[in-house]
Amino acid sequence: MGSFFRVAWHVMRKDLTVEVRSKEVLLTTLFFAVSVVLVFSFAIVREGRAPDDVAAGILWVAVSFSGTLAMGRTFERERYNDTLRALLLAPTDRPAIYTGKLLGLLILLALVEMVLVPLVGLLFTAPILAYPGRLAALLALGTLGFAAVGTLFAAMLVRVRSRDTLLPVLLYPVTIPVMIAGVRGTAALFQAVPDEAMAQFWIGLLVFWDAIFVTLALWTFEPVMTE
Amino acid sequence: MIYDFRRLAVVDVARHYGRRKALSQVAFTCEAGEIVGLLGPNGAGKSTLLNILATLLTASRGRVEYGDRTAAQGGGEVRARIGMLGHDLFLYPELTARENLIFFAQLYGLPDARAAADAALERAGLADRGDDIVSGFSRGMRQRVALERALLHDPRLVLLDEPFTGLDQASTAALVARLQERREAGCILVIATHDLDVADGLLSRAIYLKNGRVVGTDTDSRGLSERYRIAIQ
Amino acid sequence: MTKLNTLFIGLSAGMLAVAPWIINAAPYESTMGLVQKVFYFHFPSAILFLVAASICGVSSGLFLFFKKPKADGWALAAAELGLVFGAVTLVTGPLWARKAWGVWWVWDPRLTSSLLLWMIFSAYLLLRKYGGPGSDKLGAGMALFGMINVPFIYVSVNVWRTLHPQTSVVPTLPTDMGIPLWFCFAAFTMLFVTLLNLRARLEHQRARVEALYLAEDEA
Repeated sequence: MGSFFRVAWHVMRKDLTVEVRSKEVLLTTLFFAVSVVLVFSFAIVREGRAPDDVAAGILWVAVSFSGTLAMGRTFERERYNDTLRALLLAPTDRPAIYTGKLLGLLILLALVEMVLVPLVGLLFTAPILAYPGRLAALLALGTLGFAAVGTLFAAMLVRVRSRDTLLPVLLYPVTIPVMIAGVRGTAALFQAVPDEAMAQFWIGLLVFWDAIFVTLALWTFEPVMTE
Repeated sequence: MIYDFRRLAVVDVARHYGRRKALSQVAFTCEAGEIVGLLGPNGAGKSTLLNILATLLTASRGRVEYGDRTAAQGGGEVRARIGMLGHDLFLYPELTARENLIFFAQLYGLPDARAAADAALERAGLADRGDDIVSGFSRGMRQRVALERALLHDPRLVLLDEPFTGLDQASTAALVARLQERREAGCILVIATHDLDVADGLLSRAIYLKNGRVVGTDTDSRGLSERYRIAIQ
Repeated sequence: MTKLNTLFIGLSAGMLAVAPWIINAAPYESTMGLVQKVFYFHFPSAILFLVAASICGVSSGLFLFFKKPKADGWALAAAELGLVFGAVTLVTGPLWARKAWGVWWVWDPRLTSSLLLWMIFSAYLLLRKYGGPGSDKLGAGMALFGMINVPFIYVSVNVWRTLHPQTSVVPTLPTDMGIPLWFCFAAFTMLFVTLLNLRARLEHQRARVEALYLAEDEA
């Protein structure tokens, strides 16, 4: 068990070191997320005002779109010099590799969200500071569920030619339960009269889905990665 | 107790991708202290066979025995005894040579990753360039780092996919010397190559592959190219 | 096996042929009138849609974790049938909804999750088609994630406030509506079982042909 977390830690640290050097994934993902928010603004803002209750939806759409981009890119990097195979050759439990990649991705997405959330709050006058703890919990749990499935799918699609299109095609329908919970929970916090109990309910549901998704992904990683 | 083996047996291995046969009925064994060459034109199935030996691919039929275990039985214990130099070198171009080596040493659970990386850099002749980013290296330098990366954990079975491509004469000679040194140390080396001039004299045995089948084996290490032509045609 | 298939397909064809008369003979439901009769097709296809998802998920698990090569054929067959029966469900539902709720579609949990499951089936089949060699394993991984949506769908209607009728209405139907419903259900189930059987067998035979082709020059 010790070696599991040790390997996961090393893989995550390696991913972050690479990212600190190039900053490619972080910057492109961030810029893409901001673009998504802007495109949505142009689509819905009328006479200088956004309709009520759209902030939560836009936030989560931006998270899922940019998250998909980041997943695709981090695994494209592992494909470039065939390093994914080198990772799979290591004499460790393969799920440890998965966990490391997932952790690296989560940190990256957390950084993106730190810019994204204030931006959405600013542009759509959403009360992001009213319940910071609840909002952070929703974002963390929602991103975890989404990224848990995304990391698995991106890893298994590395050897498929049409991976760039297949990743969102596979990922979005499967992770919709997480998205629904994230959007509804966030909307409950953003509405004119915040509904804490409702947000709490969706947080509970997210914990449930995260547990299922992470467990299932850890189980399937090994058989799916053996060709 | 660390698992180890002195014998590699390939038993009637076949592999297909959908309808395309990449390998059929491949069988051979090799012992510790042998350098086996897989020779054949492009698409002969050399890389597929190496990937099966590396446990990255499963055989559609047949099995590979590492000592008395198969890859499925051995899992991580078998993988711990295998080192592979892939055609794409398995290095992160954004990291320095030392960072690459330390990362893989940690992944293999070596007790002192830093010392192992330093020793590997020394052997690669790159002790003074260890903190340079790999993407700035020449092909030959990258190749040396990649080889030492594959040998970091002192594997019994060493798999090399086209290790001589893009190397100048000096680098090739250094690589050959290193491989011979590994053979003396009791490794089983399997090299996929189509560079017959270098392979000549290095191999203890040559296995000719064509369209996924073994079309001949050769235990005479000299004068390969003549017999290769006959076997492949 | 072949005989049984022929029997089943003949029976379900016959039953589906007379179903319109039986449905016609059933009494008009007081509030919904004629549109209620869509229910006799909607309910069986919806149930079989979920059954297909379960079969696909379980077979994928068997294929992935227990290396049962035949399970892959079952998973693929179930996925294709899920797509078809799901399409019937998703088309008949709005026909009823237009009359009952005044709109073709509402975003309530059950409708949303059914659409979602149908999307998952489509994505699975896209992966099988364009995933190249090895897509059977990848598809199996994907199907496992799809299957866990099934209980979510089934439960969603009872836990959340929803417009969709509760599943408990089915046992409480009056007999003269219950008979046509279970008649249609039997016909649909037989059709489903036969198609599943035939499709899986086709897949198994294709795998056998492949194996024979690959073994052709090995002997």
